Amino acid sequence: MLKSWSFHGGLRLPGHKHLSAQAPIIDAGVPSQLIYPLQLRPGVHLHATVNLSDRVVRGQIIADAEHALATPIHAASSGTVHAIENRLIPHPSGLADECIIIATDGLDEALPAAHPVDFRHEQPGVIRHLIRQAGIVGLGGAAFPTAIKLNPGPKRQVDTLLLNGAECEPYITCDNSLMQAEPNAVIEGALILMHALQVERGIIAIEEPMTEAFARLSEALEQHRNLRLSIVRIPALYPTGGEKQLIKVVTGKETPSGGIPADVGIICQNVGTAAAVYQAVSRGLPLTERIITVTGQGVNKQQNMRVRIGTPISELIGQAGGYSHDVKRLIMGGPMMGFALPEDDIPVVKATNCILAASDNEIVGAKEARPCIRCGDCAKACPVNLLPQQLYWHSRADNLDKCKEFSLFDCIECGCCEVVCPSHIPLVQYYRAAKSKILVKAKESEKSAIAKRRHDAHLDRKAREQAEKAERARQKKAALAKVKAANAAQERTE
Amino acid sequence: MKFSTVLSPHLQPVNSVDRVMLKVLLALIPGIAAMAWFFGIGIWINIAIATVTAALAEAFILKLRGRPVIATLKDLSAMVTAVLLAISLPVIAPWWITVVGSLFAIVIAKHLYGGLGYNPFNPAMAGYVLLLVSFPLPMTAWPPPVEIATVHLSMADVARLIFLEQRPDAISFDALTRATPLDSLKTQLGLNQTVSAIRDGEVFGLFSGKGWEWVALAYLVGGLWLLWQKVIAWQIPAGLLLGLGLLASLGFSIDSEHYASPLFHLSAGATLLGAFFIATDPVTAAATACGRIIYGLLIGALIYLIRIWGGYPDAVAFSVLLANLCAPALDYVTRPRVFGHRA
Ligand code: SF4
Ligand code: SF4
Repeated sequence: MLKSWSFHGGLRLPGHKHLSAQAPIIDAGVPSQLIYPLQLRPGVHLHATVNLSDRVVRGQIIADAEHALATPIHAASSGTVHAIENRLIPHPSGLADECIIIATDGLDEALPAAHPVDFRHEQPGVIRHLIRQAGIVGLGGAAFPTAIKLNPGPKRQVDTLLLNGAECEPYITCDNSLMQAEPNAVIEGALILMHALQVERGIIAIEEPMTEAFARLSEALEQHRNLRLSIVRIPALYPTGGEKQLIKVVTGKETPSGGIPADVGIICQNVGTAAAVYQAVSRGLPLTERIITVTGQGVNKQQNMRVRIGTPISELIGQAGGYSHDVKRLIMGGPMMGFALPEDDIPVVKATNCILAASDNEIVGAKEARPCIRCGDCAKACPVNLLPQQLYWHSRADNLDKCKEFSLFDCIECGCCEVVCPSHIPLVQYYRAAKSKILVKAKESEKSAIAKRRHDAHLDRKAREQAEKAERARQKKAALAKVKAANAAQERTE
Repeated sequence: MKFSTVLSPHLQPVNSVDRVMLKVLLALIPGIAAMAWFFGIGIWINIAIATVTAALAEAFILKLRGRPVIATLKDLSAMVTAVLLAISLPVIAPWWITVVGSLFAIVIAKHLYGGLGYNPFNPAMAGYVLLLVSFPLPMTAWPPPVEIATVHLSMADVARLIFLEQRPDAISFDALTRATPLDSLKTQLGLNQTVSAIRDGEVFGLFSGKGWEWVALAYLVGGLWLLWQKVIAWQIPAGLLLGLGLLASLGFSIDSEHYASPLFHLSAGATLLGAFFIATDPVTAAATACGRIIYGLLIGALIYLIRIWGGYPDAVAFSVLLANLCAPALDYVTRPRVFGHRA
C-alpha cells in the first residue's frame, strides 16, 4: 500500500451516488439522430469528410483536421448525412456552431474492426497513431487528445502513469460503473498506456467508498500478475479528481504552477480513457460510445447508460423515464463544475460524463449576496491554498494586477470557496470575469505592442527616408556648388 | 425542453451569515445566564436597551443609504454587536450609557465605514472604549457578585437604577458597588501590597474573582461550542490565551508577589469573553490561518501589558482595537504558499 498525502482544503460533499452507483449499465441504443459538433475546443475546428446525403456506417470517420490538437470523429451508427448546419453545442456559452447531423437507419451497420494489435510488439509512436486515429480524447471531462498527452517530449522524464478513477464530484458514477463492468479493459488499457509511455510504474487511484470497483479491479489485476501496476484507494474528498490534486494525494508531488504533470514525471489519464484505448488498440474499435451517468431528482430513473456519442440528451432523458415534475436545471457534468444547458436537443460529446437533471432542492437558486465578512472559510476550503476573499476584493474592484499577485490563474474554478461562503457571494463568477479581463488586456497590449512596433518602424523608415533625402539634397547642392565653383574657376581662368 | 442557465457551482451553499450570527448569540446564553445569576437581572435590561437601539439605528441608516432594511437586519450582526456591548457594561449602568454606546457602535464604528464587512474596528469594542473614556465613573461601577452582596435589589430597584438613576432609599452608592477583582488588584498593588495578601480580599475566589470566574467559565463553554460548530477559528482564542498565559507565567515565575498567576489572568475580567467572542469577530480580525495566530498572540500580550502597566484595570477592548489596526498587515505578510508555487 502506498502512503497517501493530502492537499490543503477540499470539501466532503454529500455524494448522492447511491442514485446510480449500483444499478446495471443500460444500453441507450441507437437514437434517430446523431449530432456531432465540429468545434472540439476553442480554435480547433474539424472539417467534414462526408457530404450531404452520403451514407455512413459505424466506425467511419466523418470529420477530421490537420491541427495538432484535432482528433477525428467517427459515426456512431449507420445512416445518412442529413445536414451540416449550425446547432447549439454543449458549451458554457450556449453557442451554436457547425454540426454534422446523421439520420440513422436503424441497421447499425459498422465497418469491420481494424486488425487487433499486440501492443507489446509496437513502437510507442505506432500506438499513439492508433489512439489518435481512433478519436480518443480524455474522457474525464477535459477532452484533451490522449495521443498528445502520451508524447511529453524528450525534456520531461516521465516515470509514472496515474489512472484517475476518483470521481470526486457528487452524483457522477460513470467511471465507478465502468470499473465494475469492464475491469479488464481498464487494466489492459493501463498496460497499453504504460507501454506507450515506456514507464515502469502504473497506479490506478480510486476513492475509498468504491469497494465494488476495487474488488473487480483487484481480481482483474491478479489475473495479469503484473507487478508494475497497482491500485490505491484515496479518501473521497472534493476535488481529489482534479489532476494536480490527485497527483499530490497519490505521490506527494506538487505540479508547479503553470506546469503540467509531466513536469513531475507523471502522466494522468482517466480510467474511461484507458478502457477506450484498450478497445482501439486490442480490438480495433474507434471511440463511438461511452458510459454516462443520467441522474438527479429531475429524472425518474437514475442510471448509468452506454451511450452512442452524438446522441441528443432528450433521448437519454426519455430512456430515463422522462423528467420528473420538479426538474429545474439541466447540467452537463457535476453540480460543482458542470455547466447548465439551455435545452435538451444538445448532443452528448466525448467529454460528457454526466447529465444531471436537478430539481429545485438540489441546486442553488438566485443568490442574494451579502457583504464578505472575512470569515476565511473560503481560504480554508480552497484546494489551491489561495485567498479567495482577497481575490474577490481585487477582482470586484477590477484591480487586475493585484489579482495576478494573488495567483488568480492558479484558481481551478472548483467552486469550493463559493459553496462554503456564508455570504453567498458568487465568487467563481468574479474570478472568471477577472481572468477573461486579464486575458483580453494581455491580447490588447500584445496587439498594441505590435501596432507600436509597426508604427515605430514606420517612423524609422520615414526618418531614414528623410535623412536620405536630405543627404541627397545636400550632395546635390554640394555637387552643384562644385560645378558652379568649377564653372566660376573656369570663367576666371578664361 | 428549455432551461435557464447559470454558471457553476450549482450546489447550494452550506452556510449563511444569519446562521453564523445566530450561533454566536446562542453561544452567549450560558455566560449571560451566569452574569444574571451573579450580578442581577440588569444585564437583561442592558441587552434589551442595546438591541432595540442598535436595530433602530441600523434600520435608520440602511434606509438613509438606500439599502435593504429587513434583509440586512435579519443577518443579526447588529444584534451581536449590541449584545456584546451590553454584556461588557456594568449591569447597573444608566440607560443612556447603553444607548450612546450602541449608537456609536452601529452608526459610527459600523456604518460610517460602509457597514458589515467594511468596518476596520470591532464596533462593540469601539463603543465600549468610547464610553469608558468619556464616562469612567458609571463605566466602572459594578455591583458585587451575589455571594458577597450586602444589599439585595428587587427587579423594580434595578429598573429604577437604570432608567431613573435612583438608588433605593437608605442605600449608599458605596454599598451598591464593589471594585472588580482586576480593579482591586491594581489599586492595592499600587499601595505596595503583595498579591497573596490582596487575594485574601473578599472579592477574590478560587481562580480570580468570586462570581467572575464562573461567568468566565460559562463563556468558555459557549466558546468551545462555537469552536466545535466551526463558527470561529481556533487560532485566535488559542493565540490569545497562549500570549496572555505565557507573559503571565513569565511575570509570575519572576515575582509571584507582584504579578498574579496565569490562571488568575486567564479567568479574570473579560479574558475568555474576549478570546472566544470578541477577538474572533472575523470582519476585524486577521483572515489567514497564520495571521490569526499572530493576531491572537498580539491581543493576549497587549492585554497583559495594559493590565500591568496601563491606566485601566482590564484591557480586552483596547487590545482588540489595537490589533484590529494590524490585521491587514498581518494578512499581507502571512499569505499562504499557493499550491505549486515555491515557498
Ligand atoms: S467565505 Fe465568503 S464571507 Fe467568508 S471570507 Fe470568503 S468570501 Fe468572505
Ligand atoms: S474556485 Fe478557485 S479560489 Fe475557489 S476554492 Fe476553487 S481554486 Fe480556490
